[in-house]
Amino acid sequence: MEYVIEMLNIRKEFPGIVANDNITVQLKKGEIHALLGENGAGKSTLMNVLFGLYQPEAGEIRVKGEKVNITNPNIANELGIGMVHQHFMLVEPFTVTQNIILGSEPKGIFGSINIKKAEKEIQEISDRYGLKVDPSAKISDISVGMQQRVEILKTLYRGAEVLIFDEPTAVLTPQEIHELMDIMKSLVKEGKSIILITHKLKEIMEVCDRCTVIRKGQGIGTVEVKDSNPDELASLMVGREVNFKTEKKPSNPKDIVLHIENLFVQDVRKVDLVKGLNLDVRAGEIVGIAGVDGNGQSELIEAITGLTKSRSGKIKLKEKDITNLSPRNVTKSGLGHIPQDRHKYGLVLDYPIGANMVLQTYYKKPYSKVSVLNYNEIYDKAKELIKEYDVRTPSEFTPARALSGGNQQKAIIGREIDRSPDLLIAAQPTRGLDVGAIEFIHRKLIEERDKGRAVLLVSFELDEIMNVSDRIAVMFDGKIVANLKPEETDEQELGLLMAGSTTNEAGDSSEVK
Amino acid sequence: MRQVIQVKSNNRLFGILVPIISVLLGLIVGAIIMLISGHNPIEGYIALWNGAFYDEFTIGETIRRITPLILTGLAIAFAFRSGLFNIGAEGQVIIGWLAAVWVGLIVDAPMIIHLPLAVLAGALAGGLWGFVPGLLKAKLGVHEVIVTIMMNYIALYVSNEIVRSVLTDHDTSTEKIAATASLGSEWLQALTFYSRMHYGILIALFAALIMWFIIDRTTIGYELKAVGFNRHASKYAGMNVSKNIILSMVISGAFAGLAGVMEGLGTYGNVSVISGFTNLGFDGIAVALLGANNPLGVVLAAILFGVLKEGAGEMPSAGVPTELVDIIIAIIIFFVASSYIIRWALTRFKKEGK
Repeated sequence: MEYVIEMLNIRKEFPGIVANDNITVQLKKGEIHALLGENGAGKSTLMNVLFGLYQPEAGEIRVKGEKVNITNPNIANELGIGMVHQHFMLVEPFTVTQNIILGSEPKGIFGSINIKKAEKEIQEISDRYGLKVDPSAKISDISVGMQQRVEILKTLYRGAEVLIFDEPTAVLTPQEIHELMDIMKSLVKEGKSIILITHKLKEIMEVCDRCTVIRKGQGIGTVEVKDSNPDELASLMVGREVNFKTEKKPSNPKDIVLHIENLFVQDVRKVDLVKGLNLDVRAGEIVGIAGVDGNGQSELIEAITGLTKSRSGKIKLKEKDITNLSPRNVTKSGLGHIPQDRHKYGLVLDYPIGANMVLQTYYKKPYSKVSVLNYNEIYDKAKELIKEYDVRTPSEFTPARALSGGNQQKAIIGREIDRSPDLLIAAQPTRGLDVGAIEFIHRKLIEERDKGRAVLLVSFELDEIMNVSDRIAVMFDGKIVANLKPEETDEQELGLLMAGSTTNEAGDSSEVK
Repeated sequence: MRQVIQVKSNNRLFGILVPIISVLLGLIVGAIIMLISGHNPIEGYIALWNGAFYDEFTIGETIRRITPLILTGLAIAFAFRSGLFNIGAEGQVIIGWLAAVWVGLIVDAPMIIHLPLAVLAGALAGGLWGFVPGLLKAKLGVHEVIVTIMMNYIALYVSNEIVRSVLTDHDTSTEKIAATASLGSEWLQALTFYSRMHYGILIALFAALIMWFIIDRTTIGYELKAVGFNRHASKYAGMNVSKNIILSMVISGAFAGLAGVMEGLGTYGNVSVISGFTNLGFDGIAVALLGANNPLGVVLAAILFGVLKEGAGEMPSAGVPTELVDIIIAIIIFFVASSYIIRWALTRFKKEGK
């Protein structure tokens, strides 16, 4: 069997750590090959080695059987290796064509750019692989899914035979994920080969032919996907048995804790993004807000937590009106908030992780007295939380920046839950985390619910919403458009509701409040 | 995990090595320039040394030179710790100088009241000069660099006009302040052959202690640093970001104002019409940079710069122009600012040594 790319016994060291140790990946022509591993397992390092950004300490890379020395990304491009990055590298005000030809513009006479010719070529490629991209559209006008297809086009236009997808589905809606899977299938049908970096097992089961597992920098092995199953892959990745279905007892909702009435919130451009929203969350239940990014979820959370002022409407926490209170006063009223962007809001990354554990309570006893900090108390508390929430860190004095995403998130969750808030808002609590950490976080959210707290979960991951919520509120265009029970709906229906269809079009089994 | 620990200890090591290597490189390049321009670098540096440490008098003068540099260095470093760039230390020095001397001239009180009052007036005036850009930054988002630069000119011309028209009758210098407001010390002067050294050095060192305490030990420092590192997380945590920006600028301004007090109540005992900036504030930027915005580092950096600047006066005796010291200081700053080069070289060196 001929391999298009072989990475044999690759070893990559960084000072004090071995990022890749003896990893072998062999990519067959025309296959979709998954690269599976937890965060920090070394997937990106390995792909950066292939892409010429790092030089391996040992091992060799072969392209079509020939040993190559990839010392920079240009060589990778010449060898027909293209990368579809997780964060798109596109110039927003430019058109699709302008973006694609950027750096390798087709020159006409007198050095002018021959846009027409490029547009035609791009249209051809787009049609051949079913990408459905309009070459003359502006990037700022097209959807995220479409932007990703532009990135794919970019690599194809440059003659890529091997495409590396770096966590491509993180930003997509369920429908867009489906389309992407179809595109990947048509790409391999046309003879391209694909490496898919992911930690989502469902995607691997759906499209991949083979899967190479990396754990803590070590190559664990390559398996045929059709002979495997998600449980096996997960345990290979994590190194132990993983429980997928989050186990929980039926909910037992009590009094209303969060009450939102006719809420309007504007964004910085003074455009209403939350438009007359109504929502109740009761003690002892988890309400999941399902919706595509950008339908007002962030603004809703900012309004509840006091980070943004609402334009009109009422927010009540227990019996207290918290509309437009300052973040500190909202926190004091009994709110815990696991923010969507843990780097921007959740942590002061340059502070030790221990100091981050008292981010809202530093001014209170025993952490400080008459404004003088008591470090012993602070770090004792931190040590306790680090232990209880299994935050893996060399010490409580390590800067938060040095921790992995999952451990940063566990620290935030520990801090927020430890204040015993009546209402816990969890926004995208598991974004970018691996199965082990996801399992842990879901368990904690359910524990809080069982203690009689109200939990509001906002997530773009339908699996998460379906698994964890007791009640699902679908948010579209700044409003809650449907209230559903997870056991009475499915991803198809939710997907359609999130895209703006009414419940009648989507299905009939659901009850609408 | 091992990586994390190593990175941390590496950073601490680099943090100390980079300034030291920068200083050495600055001195070496200075020597090369002396050689090229036909001077003897050894004689030049001996003259520099003598200029700063020759006898009790020069040592006294060197300490006098160091005193305000510590305070302006602290001012810049303090603002830096909360993510603000206070270019306005220069203006805060001038206005603090003016206010302290003004109180020194017009108030009639025993020393125990008069001196603290004059010192306080200088600090408050500097604080006020920091408050304006802080307020504009916090409430309207106006960049503090622009406003503080403007405030420098306002301070310069306001001070000149007040000296000319209010404190004197169209004169260029005020009278000397009352003895009850002076920081001068006969004891220190006697000890140093009647140099202009004064008690201000104690105030400067105490200020460094204060800065360390505020930044490292109090909830105020916890908030200020948090705001400097991450404004969004600070807001999320319930801190008042605007208040912290203003507070940081006020405290920074007060430190710079104290530097003016040193000159007004200590070194000169009066205030004069000046045609240009004192440069104390701008030198403070270099001091803070070399001192890594750390109070102890600032004190050490101020000592170095004070020694270089005081010693420079003696260099012409070896035929070397005093401007050479400015070149050396510039080169030190260049290497600190581009510490990346030194880090890279050190890492490279370490690897090959393995």
